[in-house]
Amino acid sequence: MSISKLSHAEAAEQFIKDEPRTDWHDETLWFVRQKRDKAAHGLPEWEKLREWASQIKDHTLSNLDNYLKEFESKAQDNGVIVHWAADGEEHNRIIYDIITHHKIKKIVKSKSMLTEECGLNEFLHAKGIETVDTDLGERIVQFRQEAPSHIVLPAIHLKKQDVSDTFHEHLHTEKGNNDPQYLTEAARQHLREKFIESELAITGVNFAVAETGGFIVCTNEGNADMGAHAAKIHIACMGFEKMIPKAEHLSVFLRLLARSATGQPITTYSSHFHKPREGQEMHIVIVDNGRSRQLGRADFRNSLKCIRCAACFNTCPVYRRSGGHSYHTAVAGPIGSILNPNIDMRANADLPFASTLCGSCSNVCPVKIDIHDQLWKWRQVLVAEGYVDTTKKIGLKGMAFVLARPGLYRFAGKAGRAMMRMFPWLLNNKLNPWYKQREMPAPPKESFRDWYIKNKQQ
Amino acid sequence: MSARETILKAITANKPTLVDLPAIDLADVIQYTDLLQQYKTVLQSIGGGTVELQDLNSLKEELEIKKANGDFVVNRVASLGEVEDSIEHLTATDLAAVDTAYLQGTIAVAENGAIWLYESQMGNRLLPFICQHLVIVIEKKKIVPTMHHAYQQIENAKEGFGVFLAGPSKTADIEQSLVIGAHGARSLIVYIVG
Repeated sequence: MSISKLSHAEAAEQFIKDEPRTDWHDETLWFVRQKRDKAAHGLPEWEKLREWASQIKDHTLSNLDNYLKEFESKAQDNGVIVHWAADGEEHNRIIYDIITHHKIKKIVKSKSMLTEECGLNEFLHAKGIETVDTDLGERIVQFRQEAPSHIVLPAIHLKKQDVSDTFHEHLHTEKGNNDPQYLTEAARQHLREKFIESELAITGVNFAVAETGGFIVCTNEGNADMGAHAAKIHIACMGFEKMIPKAEHLSVFLRLLARSATGQPITTYSSHFHKPREGQEMHIVIVDNGRSRQLGRADFRNSLKCIRCAACFNTCPVYRRSGGHSYHTAVAGPIGSILNPNIDMRANADLPFASTLCGSCSNVCPVKIDIHDQLWKWRQVLVAEGYVDTTKKIGLKGMAFVLARPGLYRFAGKAGRAMMRMFPWLLNNKLNPWYKQREMPAPPKESFRDWYIKNKQQ
Repeated sequence: MSARETILKAITANKPTLVDLPAIDLADVIQYTDLLQQYKTVLQSIGGGTVELQDLNSLKEELEIKKANGDFVVNRVASLGEVEDSIEHLTATDLAAVDTAYLQGTIAVAENGAIWLYESQMGNRLLPFICQHLVIVIEKKKIVPTMHHAYQQIENAKEGFGVFLAGPSKTADIEQSLVIGAHGARSLIVYIVG
């Protein structure tokens, strides 16, 4: 899966070149956001649910080591084999060892953002092992050798025409037939074959319950279940933050998850796995990959409460107009922009700046992560650690110098307004990044301060 | 040091001070005046169908007609006649040919249309997912208001596998157009008895 090496701003610039498509992307995601609102407003206790979810996650993080041990021991009692992986590489190696030990040839995989984070498909591909992604959106992007652009709607950047072309090439569907019903049916037939012949199924985990050692996987398509119940080996991969204390807490999270994600009251399937079926082998891989480091960062630990609903993506004015690929990471959007600098500060230093800090992400977050505050805090960390380019650094320093001196600030404001009036071409040109894709506003005659002093005296 | 020890040690060192779990008061959650009506409305909105019955005679007849027609049906509901109890070892290839599966649900949830199924009710874990069409029978008195009530009534870890199933399989991965019948059952009809 090719992940862009461009910075967010560079990749976004490519994305918005196609204006009608950008508008369509923007509107489509806003439509999902509106469905979320409708579902949320249908429950008078919505804000209470968010508060409960947030507090349950806070509690869990504060006792995480004990819950993980409890989970492991219960899962082992249930006959599940538990593995631990310090990073993505170890995660991939554990899975590779299971595959080679059983001489597995046919593998199906349901959606797991963790395996995307760890680069599992590429790792296995390099070793000559092919996996079949079975979520429809993921299968589409896998055929196209692209990465998912959204964690819930992996192919949201594509139009049905694109899907039709892709399926014509790979599944020999009728050329030019763009009917989603027809295309989905073709994928159903193609993937049913893969499910039936598969020997090993890899799934993600939405929630892991310490009390029971069970894990819950949510899908609408039923692909996780088709894979896991058909194959003789099931491997479930989870970041350790998926833990919750008790099964009764699932009620809070299952009420929030689908409503926040797509506006559905619940996903079609919320599957509770406890024991392997007779003759089956079941594995769980618990992954750290930087999460324990994030747990130690007091300003950023809240990000580990995320349940991957993507509500923050759908509401974000930057995500909606720049597309998921511009974030060049497995988890895009506002939440990705606070998770990814922890994984690699240098590679992802651009992401916390891909935001207007409008706060909409924090307002829709079902577990009340202070996403926009963390974006702002990451900016400070990144500047202090020297991961911000010189132009931005000089600009920010200059700004800080002016803002700290009220007299200079007033003079600069006045001079700026005069310049904009007299010499508009000084700003309205390609050298000014603020002029790109937008007109500069007309300069006001006076500053707010001048206006206020004048009107106050009246 | 193993990955397990490294990870657990790092978590112990980095975790914040212990905070309490919230108390979840069911007095705070939504109440429905008519659970049945609420259930029917939600299930229909997510692509499922509902039929209310006083007894199961008509459904029994329908099942017998399908059998007589030679349709591959699997019945797991005792009150509908003979129960197929030897499907546990059927392969995915065998089960892929199932036209309709008849299952008994434990409880149904009014707020979201979901029904809880234990593995023992499925007979084979794959059945409710791989069958082309799914029929679930539920007792009217087993409809609960919300997921909070649902978890109080089930023992989710009693068996190796269990599922909350809400409607037929669906996807909107192609341009957000809703398509029913992605990988799992193409239809779900819930018979509410009593």
